[in-house]
Amino acid sequence: MKVIQIDKNDWNRGIDASRKAYHLFGPVTDNNQSMFKQLAPDQYPDMEKPDTIMSPKSVLFPQTEKLLGATLDPTAENHHIMERPETDYSPRAVIGIRPYDARAVALVKLNFDTPEYRDPYWCDAYAATTFVGLAVNQPSVTDFSTAMGSGPFAEEGLDALLVDAGDLYLAKVLTPKGEAFFSAAGFDTVADTDESLEKIEQLKNKAETAMGPLAVFTDKLAQKSILDLHGAPFWEDLAFTCINCGTCTFVCPTCWCFDIQDETKGNSAARFRNWDTCMSPLFTKHGSGHNPRGEKTQRVRQRFMHKLKYFLDKYDSGTMCVGCGRCVEKCPVNIDIRQVCNKMNSYEPQK
Amino acid sequence: MNAYTEKIRELSSNLLREGKVDLVIGFKQGTVPMATVPAIARTPEEAATFVWDANCSLNLANYLTNRTEKIGIIAKGCDSRNIVNHIVENKISREQLYIIGVPCTGMVDKPSIRALFDLEITQFKEEGETLLVKTLENELKIDKQDYLRANCRTCMHRNPVIHDVLVAEPVVEQTLEDPFKDVKAIEQMDDDQRWNHFETLLDGCIRCYACRNACPLCYCPTCFVDESNPQWVGKGQDPSDVRTFHFLRAYHCAGRCTDCGACEEACPMDIRVRDFTRKLVKDSLEIYGWEAGLTLDQRPPLDTFKPDDPDAFIK
Repeated sequence: MKVIQIDKNDWNRGIDASRKAYHLFGPVTDNNQSMFKQLAPDQYPDMEKPDTIMSPKSVLFPQTEKLLGATLDPTAENHHIMERPETDYSPRAVIGIRPYDARAVALVKLNFDTPEYRDPYWCDAYAATTFVGLAVNQPSVTDFSTAMGSGPFAEEGLDALLVDAGDLYLAKVLTPKGEAFFSAAGFDTVADTDESLEKIEQLKNKAETAMGPLAVFTDKLAQKSILDLHGAPFWEDLAFTCINCGTCTFVCPTCWCFDIQDETKGNSAARFRNWDTCMSPLFTKHGSGHNPRGEKTQRVRQRFMHKLKYFLDKYDSGTMCVGCGRCVEKCPVNIDIRQVCNKMNSYEPQK
Repeated sequence: MNAYTEKIRELSSNLLREGKVDLVIGFKQGTVPMATVPAIARTPEEAATFVWDANCSLNLANYLTNRTEKIGIIAKGCDSRNIVNHIVENKISREQLYIIGVPCTGMVDKPSIRALFDLEITQFKEEGETLLVKTLENELKIDKQDYLRANCRTCMHRNPVIHDVLVAEPVVEQTLEDPFKDVKAIEQMDDDQRWNHFETLLDGCIRCYACRNACPLCYCPTCFVDESNPQWVGKGQDPSDVRTFHFLRAYHCAGRCTDCGACEEACPMDIRVRDFTRKLVKDSLEIYGWEAGLTLDQRPPLDTFKPDDPDAFIK
């Protein structure tokens, strides 16, 4: 394990140096909204406020992404032939991604990069990306990542982990991609490994202590029967409260569902995919007109069952929730996945 | 516990105990600071967990649409106006409702309170008109009236316009020199400025439709943006599609919007979507002398027809 130390005074210089080799993405505040965006040439990641409303999932999975395009001009030789557009997949680096969001990328990968099917758009973007994480020294009141297989200093899915240690960052280099990024940035001051790892451990313990004891339990989810959970009485009350907007799914770092749309304008045709949401009545509506989730209760149940049960059963890689807390924070009616998870985990059907 | 909460619990529990209603719709305490949860109580015990504070911002009339039970509902001024809308538009009947009216002194604007601190808010307490807000590192006592939502600052109907019982004496209604300063500022912009204003306004929209779903007026069985056969509007992030959604949503609210602010309250991106509907509220008042949701005896101006309409286009 190599640890690099970066004086904060050198930070911007290194970021500038890295721009020669990478397109940079990072947390920025525009129009009062904190987002992960591609940084403008004179823009720096906001390392003081990296907790964004939207997760960085859009770096690999844009809300609207053109998949194919064609010309409808009958005089063109290739008219009506759909082709994949030219996309820039040169190296990108996501700076300041939180550990829970990095775990989310690893979970989304299970869906987009499978032995049976490999989503070329997501996978190409993923292959091009280096994830330079920033540990969470001060977890928010809605952060429950330690209960969901991640944590404020977790390393899964990251190429490097920066730890804010006051005047400097201590950077754990985790993969060759991480190594390459620091080399491009010119960050090469190797820290005393034992000493810095001890410092990191202290900050980690402090952060985890601040989060308090685990209050979200997932240990019994795997042994529950899907049908029992389906029939649980608590979905009705949840569905009453839920206004059925798509906020939770859009702010969620692991929600990967999309809808494909064809559009034309003049002589150009395009096939797009857009983020979709299981909260929408249209989401599973069949061509026949039948809708297996026509009722709100069915849709609300679907979201939690997918996150906390179906995914767990299918991949055996934990829940599809990483505990970032965005849905808890942003739900207009404060539906709290922590409570739902505990209800599911402790549910025993009435015999 | 504040006096409103106490009274709401008492009245709701009694209604359920006496069997006068099947359920009561109110607010429960949320799991994070400054959050409340719209919820149903079917038993007196459940009603005893209701709360009332300056975060009960959503509009509970939204939960009445097409319900068939006998319902008790907690209603502040704006909720009561949307209940009137719902009755006039046949989404619920007056006989089904027992309205527990709450004279309101305004709901707080969460973004502007959050903006006071660098750190996130860990505690929020209300003592009368004073708010005590804490973060991990500091705390502030602020005057609620300085941090009201924009729609509460221009609200002219703080007292419920329809109710079966009130939880307290009516409050004094506000007198405002000009409730439409904000709209006029936009009206006075030149075309380019105005275009730019609305374009920037919608910059962060993620089309989650929380504004629509929090709105008691939006109860169409299938919203035009969800129609797929035919499809009226593109579903992506193309600005023309994002704008189409917002413009059409606003126009569907013309003459019906009570400016309750639920749309802005629900928006995860803090977009000031009322900039669209406010203009329609002003026009309704100026053109038709109409304020939505004040009377059960008259239909809104845009769903009536008069054979003697003075305008030539209709003849």
